[in-house]
Amino acid sequence: MADARPRTVTFRVRRFEPGRDERPRWEDHRVEVTPGMTVLDGLWKVKEQSAPSLAWRSSCRMGICGSCGMLIDGRPRLACNTQVAELGSEVVAVGPLPNFDIVKDLVPDLRPMFETHRDLRPYLLRDDTEEQDDPTREYWQSPHELEEYLQFSYCIKCGCCMAACPTVATDPHYAGPMPLAQAQRYDSDSRDAGFGERREVLSGGDGPWRCHFAGECSQVCPKGVDPAKAIQLMKRDLVFDLLRLRRRKPPAAVAEAPHGLPREGIPPAPPRTVPEG
Amino acid sequence: MASRAHPNRLGIRGWVGGGRWGFERYLYTLHRITGLGLLAYFLMHIFVTSTRVLGPASWKQAMDAVSGPLFAVGEYLVFAAFAFHAVNGVRLALIEHGFLIGPPIEPIYPYATSVGRQRPLAVAVMIVAGVIALWGGLDFLTLR
Ligand code: SF4
Ligand code: SF4
Ligand code: FES
Repeated sequence: MADARPRTVTFRVRRFEPGRDERPRWEDHRVEVTPGMTVLDGLWKVKEQSAPSLAWRSSCRMGICGSCGMLIDGRPRLACNTQVAELGSEVVAVGPLPNFDIVKDLVPDLRPMFETHRDLRPYLLRDDTEEQDDPTREYWQSPHELEEYLQFSYCIKCGCCMAACPTVATDPHYAGPMPLAQAQRYDSDSRDAGFGERREVLSGGDGPWRCHFAGECSQVCPKGVDPAKAIQLMKRDLVFDLLRLRRRKPPAAVAEAPHGLPREGIPPAPPRTVPEG
Repeated sequence: MASRAHPNRLGIRGWVGGGRWGFERYLYTLHRITGLGLLAYFLMHIFVTSTRVLGPASWKQAMDAVSGPLFAVGEYLVFAAFAFHAVNGVRLALIEHGFLIGPPIEPIYPYATSVGRQRPLAVAVMIVAGVIALWGGLDFLTLR
């Protein structure tokens, strides 16, 4: 017969209150485990029952928003995507993602990562600004061309890869796996023409050549993005471009209007919900 | 606000911990350590052999100083470090140019990664480096 007593585990939570604490400290809380309970559920219980001031970031609680990256039992993971039962330990240690400053408790300061991400222009760079601002049609792209970058576009910017990377751990200037993988995501998009511009941003020595394929970023990524692969492919593109072996194609053009297809019966577009201008 | 935040960069600890403890992380760390070791040996080597310009006497003195059994072990470690660094370097040169890691794929759980894809190569590298180091070890033993 199954044991009827509820199982409990200890949540060992890293606390840091800026202005009050000199350094972060561990705090233990007993939590009753319910079936299917995630680490994020456990944190909510801790907050409700014994530590009302405990702070962390979370939103979607389904591995989509990328807010809840934490160091759980020594590994960077999403709190909402990690079952307490799967950890199989009596003590669940939860700390903020390392390699980022601690704002408070489990909240890391992700700004350096996002600043590099922004510097690498993570959007389609091309000359037809008018078309981009006021599109007439979609840019044409084949399914094969889509596969060239689709994997990298699943990134939710959780920062787990940055916390796992040994190069980020010792080199504060290294761009890091997330921003680099996102640069490669756009560099390998057939609709983009920003390869040269992003290469300029990366040329300072803090770019992909700092990476030596420790592969941790890909091992911890909760979305299967495989940033290590993106970074090595980026290096190949950079070398091939230097040797003039990289195919230089103009970015995909606007798709032609379909012809020969009946257009009747398609209702007109609904009125705008956002005022113009 | 930034000034009140607490620094939490792992530093050198990040070379051994912080992730999923993948095999490649240890190769990464070992590659760095052997690289630094080889550099240290190289500098020492230059320094010791440069005593020759000071005449045969100082050359002999320098040679005597580095002829103890401790140095023999040290020399062997340099050789083993070289074996690993060289073979692993070939693996890295291939991978860092985008070879042997496969094209982008659809991420379907459980995720397959480029790390897993090149894993057989990483294992082969360790075996080859081990064989070279062993062979060198026998050579060192029979020389003396
Ligand atoms: S690559 Fe993966 S681990 Fe890194 S930020 Fe994106 S989703 Fe998170
Ligand atoms: S593969 Fe590169 S980016 Fe990823 S963890 Fe290793 S060194 Fe960092
Ligand atoms: S809460 Fe959104 S990813 Fe975990």
